[in-house]
Order: sequence, then structure tokens, then C-alpha cells
Amino acid sequence: MRVVLSSRPFDPWQSVQAFQAGSLQRGSYGATAVFVGTMRDFNEGETVDSLYLQHYPGMTERELERILRDARARWAFLDAMIEHRVGGIDPGEPIVVVGVWSAHRKEAFEACRWIMEALKSRAPFWKKESGPGGERWVERNTPG
Amino acid sequence: MAIRVRMFASLQEKWRIDQIEVEPCGLETVADVWRNVTGEALPPHVLSAVNMDYASPATPVKDEDEVAFFPPVTGG
Repeated sequence: MRVVLSSRPFDPWQSVQAFQAGSLQRGSYGATAVFVGTMRDFNEGETVDSLYLQHYPGMTERELERILRDARARWAFLDAMIEHRVGGIDPGEPIVVVGVWSAHRKEAFEACRWIMEALKSRAPFWKKESGPGGERWVERNTPG
Repeated sequence: MAIRVRMFASLQEKWRIDQIEVEPCGLETVADVWRNVTGEALPPHVLSAVNMDYASPATPVKDEDEVAFFPPVTGG
């Protein structure tokens, strides 16, 4: 399983493909579920020009690794990855990708959703939005 | 001899604290550390961690621990 924090824009599809090629044996998996989160140019009715994503170096990686381990204790998937941006982000850029590989679709779908929801509620990241009205820290997540 | 205290996001700006060290003497819990640094009671919405593990206000602290305070997380 792999956790990557990226301070530069990344292509989530390339990340998924590279992880799959490097970590999974051809023929071993029958299902791959992928979630990609992308930065919007609006939030709660306000225009958002850019985003700054703060994290807690050390704890953020550990918590993401714990989330993957917790997910694997619940579902018998083969492998999983998370890549997440930190720092300055522009609208349209990917923020996060979660990929899960399993023998059958149930484990991949369910674990991917669970990992993403766990990330939203547990992983130490904080968003600060900049827009026409200035800067503001995002105080809560939008409902899933 | 010190406990390292860190704050993140809106708390970092409100209290103007990124990282400071405090004397561990008389500090037994996470809530004690917050009170020592801010002079206030730990608000219920503030999250905390000790040595990068989630903690509660009653979690014990000791010398050389890293105690972090932060608002609800908003990643993803």
C-alpha cells in the first residue's frame, strides 16, 4: 500500500497506472475502484480563486497509512494507494486520488468509499480558500 | 526539558503560534497544555494529538512530547 503527498500538480490517472504496474501482478485483480477529488472554483456559493492546503508533516502520512491498514482489516482487497496534494492549488487541479484493487468489485467499491470518507474525517489537512472576498479557512467538509 | 506545542490552520493564526516549547512542570494532560499556552479552557471543537496520535483533553502528557492542536480537518 502506498501514501504519497505531493506539493506539485499530479496526474491521478498516471499515478494509478504507475502504482498498478509496479505493485500488482497482472491477472491477480478483477476490480479497480478509483476516486479522484478535484478542486472546484466555487464553495458554499462563493467563488474560489485558489486554495492553500496545510498539513501536519509526519502525522498526515501516518494517519493516511493507518486509514489504509484499517480498511484492509475490513475488506480483503489486494492493494490500495492514496496520493494527496499539499500547498497551493488552482481550480481544476486534482487534490486526491484513492485507488483500490481487489479480486471482485464489492471490496474495491466499498473500501474506496470508506477510505475517502475516513480521509475526510481523520486525515490532518486544512483548506484555506482565496476568493474575491479575501481568504478564509474552510470550517467543515461538504456532506458526502 | 520541554513539551513542544504546535498549532495548525485557524488556531495557528488566532493564537499566533506555529510551534513553541513549554515547561512540562505541572502539566499532566492535553487540556493542561492548552490552558498553559492560551490561558483559556480547551474548547470542545478543538482537536488534539500527542506524538502524532489523536488524543483527548484527558490524555496524559510528559516531557519531550509533541502536543498539537487543530480545528476539524478539511482535506480531500
